[in-house]
Amino acid sequence: MFSPFITQASSVRAIMFKVLLALVPGIALYIWHFGPAILVSITLASLTALATEAAMLKLRRRPIFPFLSDNSALLTAWLLALSIPPLAPWWLIVVGTMFAISISKHLYGGLGNNPFNPAMVGYAVLIISFPSYMTHWSSPRWLDQLHLTFVEQLQFIFAGQLPSNVTMDALSMATPLDNLKTQLHVGHPLSDILNMPIYSQLAGHGSEMVAIGFVLGGLYLLSNRIISWHLPTSFLVTLFITAGAFHLYDPTHYVEPLFHWFSGAAMLGAFFILTDPVTSPTTTRGKLIFAAGAGFLTYVIRVFGGFPDGVAFATLLMNICVPLIDIYTQPKVFGKKDSK
Amino acid sequence: MLTALIVMSVLAVLLGSVLGFSSIKFRVEGNPLIDKIDAILPQTQCGQCSYPGCKPYATAIAAGEANINRCPPGGEEGIQKLAELLNLDFVPFGDDTAALKPKSVAIIDENTCIGCTLCIQACPVDAISGAAKQMHTIIEAECTGCELCVPPCPVDCIMMVPIQENISTWKSPYPSVSKSMANSTMIVTNVQI
Amino acid sequence: MRTLYHFNGGVHPPSHKAESTSMPIAQAGLPSRLIVPLHQHAGNTAKPTVKVGDRVLKGQLFGMPEGSVSSAVHAPTSGTVSAIDMQIVAHPSGLPDLCVTLIPDGLDEWSPRNHTNYLTTPPEELRMMLRLSGLVGLGGAVFPSDLKLRPGKHKIKTLVLNGAECEPYITCDDMLMRERADEIILGTEMMRFMLDADEVLIGIEDNKPEAIAAMQKAVVSHSFNAMEVISVPTIYPGGGAKQLIRVLTGIEVAAGVRSVDLGVQCFNVATAYSAHRAIEHGEPLISRIVTVTGNVSHPQNFEVLIGTPVHELIALAGAKSDTNGHIMGGPMMGVALPSDQVAVTKATNCIIESSLKLFPSPLPELPCIRCTRCVEVCPAELQPQDLYWFAKAKNFGKAQEFNLFDCIECGACSYICPSNIPLVQYYRFAKSEIWANERGKESSNLARERHEFHLARIERDKREKAEKLAQKEKLARAAKAAAGNAETDPIESLRAQVREIAHPEAEHSKE
Repeated sequence: MFSPFITQASSVRAIMFKVLLALVPGIALYIWHFGPAILVSITLASLTALATEAAMLKLRRRPIFPFLSDNSALLTAWLLALSIPPLAPWWLIVVGTMFAISISKHLYGGLGNNPFNPAMVGYAVLIISFPSYMTHWSSPRWLDQLHLTFVEQLQFIFAGQLPSNVTMDALSMATPLDNLKTQLHVGHPLSDILNMPIYSQLAGHGSEMVAIGFVLGGLYLLSNRIISWHLPTSFLVTLFITAGAFHLYDPTHYVEPLFHWFSGAAMLGAFFILTDPVTSPTTTRGKLIFAAGAGFLTYVIRVFGGFPDGVAFATLLMNICVPLIDIYTQPKVFGKKDSK
Repeated sequence: MLTALIVMSVLAVLLGSVLGFSSIKFRVEGNPLIDKIDAILPQTQCGQCSYPGCKPYATAIAAGEANINRCPPGGEEGIQKLAELLNLDFVPFGDDTAALKPKSVAIIDENTCIGCTLCIQACPVDAISGAAKQMHTIIEAECTGCELCVPPCPVDCIMMVPIQENISTWKSPYPSVSKSMANSTMIVTNVQI
Repeated sequence: MRTLYHFNGGVHPPSHKAESTSMPIAQAGLPSRLIVPLHQHAGNTAKPTVKVGDRVLKGQLFGMPEGSVSSAVHAPTSGTVSAIDMQIVAHPSGLPDLCVTLIPDGLDEWSPRNHTNYLTTPPEELRMMLRLSGLVGLGGAVFPSDLKLRPGKHKIKTLVLNGAECEPYITCDDMLMRERADEIILGTEMMRFMLDADEVLIGIEDNKPEAIAAMQKAVVSHSFNAMEVISVPTIYPGGGAKQLIRVLTGIEVAAGVRSVDLGVQCFNVATAYSAHRAIEHGEPLISRIVTVTGNVSHPQNFEVLIGTPVHELIALAGAKSDTNGHIMGGPMMGVALPSDQVAVTKATNCIIESSLKLFPSPLPELPCIRCTRCVEVCPAELQPQDLYWFAKAKNFGKAQEFNLFDCIECGACSYICPSNIPLVQYYRFAKSEIWANERGKESSNLARERHEFHLARIERDKREKAEKLAQKEKLARAAKAAAGNAETDPIESLRAQVREIAHPEAEHSKE
């Protein structure tokens, strides 16, 4: 036995558990605004994640219990579930989760060795392979649109059956971001678009509240020192500045920065996705650069790119740069700060 | 079609000349390869590689005549370093290479030594002190363990003794594998939490 | 109010110091035998100056320092030398080293002790006296103190006295400051005088109010205006020399740089105390304060003779049956002793008896999740997880590029790691592999040189032989020609030739 002989009690399991806990406010608000179908996604994703992880560990001949109980697979599952429309068929989330866990995590070496954020890889695979399913988002229940009962939702998710008088188009809608993009493309001015019923004070009805829920969770993580302030702050500030610059340039075509903050997965990304320790840089300056790049890319993809939300691809693109960022941002050590 | 061909050819000539020019103008002079290889070899001068010393073996490797897995005193680490230097694949020790022995030094049994100087002539690093009809002794600090002195001795008074670890040469061990699940080459059948 | 600086990182392990400070320092007394290693300091082993069977007096020289970095070793009590041989010593390897075993005769008779007035003694002589008194750094580094009292190229502005004692469980410096502050201060003033330092900053962690008060009282009572007792924030490893220098003066001493070159020197309070005892009272370093704590009935501090077997010392504090190990030092940087049969050395500041309850078995090591908590706590501002990756991959070149040797092995990174990775052990492994490789490289370079000389020598001998032969032939021919011209007896000329051959000038070269 070698020193040190004592250790602080925290563990990977405890850290991941706290992150899961921090997601709860956002999930609660999600259920409140969009109904309980999200719980189905989360449950399916969790079960698939654990099963896939157990199977991969067995194949790789690793001890199963310590890795399965470290909650990292669960976290990937929950993040992916939150990125996917709850009314998607059951196999969508299952396929996405299986891919995320087996290919982007275990084939790279398992916990700690994956260069790409597994949840975002899962999302990317789904949106590229099944784009239409990924656009059937539900509408918030405040809106004057058709709503299914929970049982009918379950029927749709598992059996693909809708009640006889309902069509998918009537039921689902595009996300506020997606809708904004399409409407702008058609030529409507921004002020008209924002008067549409799906938008409220900050951004889309319901989804802005969910974003606030994630902010609360993020603040909990910050106060418990699970994450450091560098990543969320850099991401949000860069997103704000980029959006703000374009908005100032042309207020009729570019929506204000707060809209970007509270739509899509911006808040989820800032506090939960970018802060994944395995795939983000290890140096302080590196973290700032990484998150800033992600913020900028998110805006660019959202406004000029082909996808409604840019957080996933921005994250993945910056994940590629992490090793290089790490090399170039190595800090000076104690006593050598004046030297080259 | 023709335009494309011309453009591609011009590009090829241009880039090729840039590369050629750079390879001459920016050439980096380094150590000759033989010296680089010799720097990796352990200098035991034992001849187990079937060459008369480390420099000749290095020369043979540089000329492509000898395989890199012929040096037991260098160990697998030595083969690894040679593989890296020469951009070759790692080759494990073959069946025709001499057996790997722990690092040893020679010691002369003074009661038996007859002072014939045959071992002195055999030692490649002049680590044996003595003269005709005088007691011979091995300077322990200079002995490389090559064993070339053992066969010539007519009274078989030279033994090889493995070097013992002492406090100043003790190496801190690699953290115990049995407690680690981060080692990617390990197969675990029994888990203790 | 003096401004204090900060160093990056640090952790707050539970201190466990109250257990051993309730009683004053007790005398451990004479054990059944004393095993005194001849190498318990940085530098070369001391050369034994006694033989088996010699009767020695307390404080008599056992071992002479050898070479410039070395120190002396003395008899802790009067008695008979029963052995000078290899004994298992307090080293993590469990390997033996040369020790002098002494059987006390119970008389505890001192050898002659002289008082010296340091104010009137030339500094060179004072340093030699300290060297011969065996004075080494008692904070744990056991570096010969006389070498640290040599004036450097630069003026020493600040003498830092280290009373921080940041590691959990250890309270020997605390008790020494509480009970013997006066002598510590006198020793400090002597050191300040020898270094000609402008000021003395005594850093004591703020969890030791009694020690701060005692030291403050001593400073005031002697009116040493250049000295200041400063309370520093309690944080581990605030007692590291570099960290304390940074906190008190703001200076960052890089690895490989000597603090004297930046105008600062640092000593432990116990070293100052022993320096005073050596010069003022003529007492060589033969005892020190040791905290005995952990799984014992009455943890406390003892004044222990160097060479006391650990099991006899533990018995004084009340050993317990469920003890499963012995740690020399603290829980963060200490060494697990190979057994309790080893002896206390000058480096032993604390013995912790461990049990499963106090020190649970380490949890299994999980993969690194790059959470960078280790980066946050590293006082040397390194990237511990990068060093871990390189050490694991045995990529020692890259590890050195990332400043592996700047690591002070404080253990804060291993302590905080949520994946329970024994980070410091990886670094120790990497460092010792690098040192072994360097030794191997040195010896193979030497072997290459010797071999090349060997080949050159053989060439030279061959050449000389050939020249001699050529020379002889020339003379022989000349003689023949001369003989051919004159009328000489052919037999006589033959004889002359034979004579020439039979008495050559050193034809055979010696090997």
